[in-house]
Amino acid sequence: MGGTSDQSIRIGAIVEAFVGRTGGLISALRAVQDEFGFIPPETEEIAAAAFNLSRAEVKGVLSFYSDFRRKPPGCVVVRLCAAESCQAQGGRELVREISRRFALSPGKTSASGDLTLENVYCLGLCSVGPAASVDDCLMARAAPEAIAAAIEEKWRSQKGSRA
Amino acid sequence: MKIYAPLDSVALALGGDAVADAFTAAGCEVIRTGSRGMHWLEPLIEAETDGARVGFASVEASDAEGIVKSLASDPRPHPKFIGAIDELPWMKRQTRLIFGRCGVVDPASAADYEAHGGIRGLKRALSISSDAVCEEIAASGLRGRGGAGFPAAIKWKTVAAAGGDRKYVVCNADEGDSGTFADRMIMEGDPFLLIEGMTIAALAVGAAEGYVYLRSEYPVAARVLAKAIDDAYAAGLLGANVLGSGRAFDLELFIGAGAYICGEETSLLNSLEGKRGEVRAKPPLPALEGLFGAPTLVHNVLSFCAVPAIVADGGRAYAAVGVGKSTGSMPFQLSGDIKYSGLFEAPFGLTLRDLVEDIGGGTRSGRPVRAIQIGGPLGAYLPPAMFGAVVDYEELAAIGAGVGHGGIVVFNDSVDMAEQARYAFEFCAEESCGKCTPCRIGAVRGVEIVGRLMSGEDHAKNMEVLGDLCDLMVDGSLCAMGGMTPIPVRSALEHFPEDFAFPSNKRIFVSGSENSQ
Repeated sequence: MGGTSDQSIRIGAIVEAFVGRTGGLISALRAVQDEFGFIPPETEEIAAAAFNLSRAEVKGVLSFYSDFRRKPPGCVVVRLCAAESCQAQGGRELVREISRRFALSPGKTSASGDLTLENVYCLGLCSVGPAASVDDCLMARAAPEAIAAAIEEKWRSQKGSRA
Repeated sequence: MKIYAPLDSVALALGGDAVADAFTAAGCEVIRTGSRGMHWLEPLIEAETDGARVGFASVEASDAEGIVKSLASDPRPHPKFIGAIDELPWMKRQTRLIFGRCGVVDPASAADYEAHGGIRGLKRALSISSDAVCEEIAASGLRGRGGAGFPAAIKWKTVAAAGGDRKYVVCNADEGDSGTFADRMIMEGDPFLLIEGMTIAALAVGAAEGYVYLRSEYPVAARVLAKAIDDAYAAGLLGANVLGSGRAFDLELFIGAGAYICGEETSLLNSLEGKRGEVRAKPPLPALEGLFGAPTLVHNVLSFCAVPAIVADGGRAYAAVGVGKSTGSMPFQLSGDIKYSGLFEAPFGLTLRDLVEDIGGGTRSGRPVRAIQIGGPLGAYLPPAMFGAVVDYEELAAIGAGVGHGGIVVFNDSVDMAEQARYAFEFCAEESCGKCTPCRIGAVRGVEIVGRLMSGEDHAKNMEVLGDLCDLMVDGSLCAMGGMTPIPVRSALEHFPEDFAFPSNKRIFVSGSENSQ
């Protein structure tokens, strides 16, 4: 097993709950990410042992799905839809403008760790694009100003909750 | 006073939660529903007074008090009043075989579902033989709504006739196509319909276990559907003894992890087994060797959702709607630069012009329509000159297009079709599962080739190479991802050649970039 640190024990307990379930490995990885914000490296070994798989198989699953993060995300995660329907409503321009404002290209986390910017291929809000999400908050007809304001608001409330 | 306020993702993205909270604060009983589908009017709320419902459009939280006040006397002068929703022309023109309850009922209430005509299909299914249920599906002419349009009854009969004591039904709710949101809407607005459809299917083909494979980008749908499944167990619709029939069906919700390819059924099955979502070679068909190698009925959300009405009212009644071999209704999803965006359910047989110009009202921006893409990222780009085409499976196939999942994305005259062709390859490169070479490598080469065309480099040669590459991807790819990516590319080339031309009055090339001539 992957060591005996507190974190490893917690990961082990989370993973164990999904052994024997249909699609258990994927659900287990999601649960680990829900707990830690990303999937800590020792998860590979712990999940491999729990599911009776090789580490390569676990790594293969982990790397296949775009939801799984192997590094912690920024304090705020912004996802901008890059697909056709949003393109038809100014989505490309929106991605460029947000990238410019925050000096960050999609798929990257800022050096300070306060923002992650991601492309997403469809949030199902095609009829009211361009669509975006700021953490769990969905945004329709998203203008750069509104997204920037939502990001600032998240930062403020995070600071508030830490103080 | 009762207020119906949408919890649909579109409404939430437009501030729907704050609107609902404002009505609660104003002393109303607020019921959260799905969306009626008129997305340009969201958040659209309805107020019930004396048993009748009237609507208010584009409501903001600050409107709540004024609306409540207006309802006490005469709401008609209120600027956001739009009257009875069912009487609006956009709604009256629809044939809502699937979406009839969406936005009307409380998606958190099994009792409300039954009060609005739900469960009739399941009750009838339990009163007739499994063969008779399959015959109703055959008589309906229902074709898979996921994109391929394969006759549903053939799948049902194949799974029903397959041996083995373990079979599955699996719902493909990995609605990844841009421009489609019908699956999301029905799961958020009328989740018991999907549960009923899957239960009928499972009992008919002899499956006792089912899964809904839902994409992770739909958290609202996940929440609503998970609660509905729990409630369906509590109400005896699911479990060891479905409606007291002594027959069992267990249904579980599975959340994907962000992979467009998992909308391909064999990739979805691998993912559901907890593996990488790589596609499998067919045959064997999933109907014979699907989930864990067992016979598996895989359908899209809308296919399952069509089932209860077919079984309740008979397949012949369903087949009477639509045209030719495209029977029943299709929930069309109108998006992109379009004025009246949203979901419009109609029988097959409308023209593209009906949908884009008449029902959709043309562009929202006011610019001319230059192109539509129909059927998702792997669907064709068509110019307005072709909008006379009737939307049915055969007629669209005849012009090199497809109905797909019913999504229509409108582009105005600012669109660069070469950019769209390159994007088709970029998307394929991003989302290819990597199993077969034509898709994995071809998509990357495609991005490069279109890029060279756009910069004027070796233009004539690259046009030829692009044609070869498209042939190769069509002929050699394992699944529709690589096999259909050439459809948007070729349709863009065919119908919008001026965007690929060299020299071009549209694009500025660096001098001498056509260096091979």
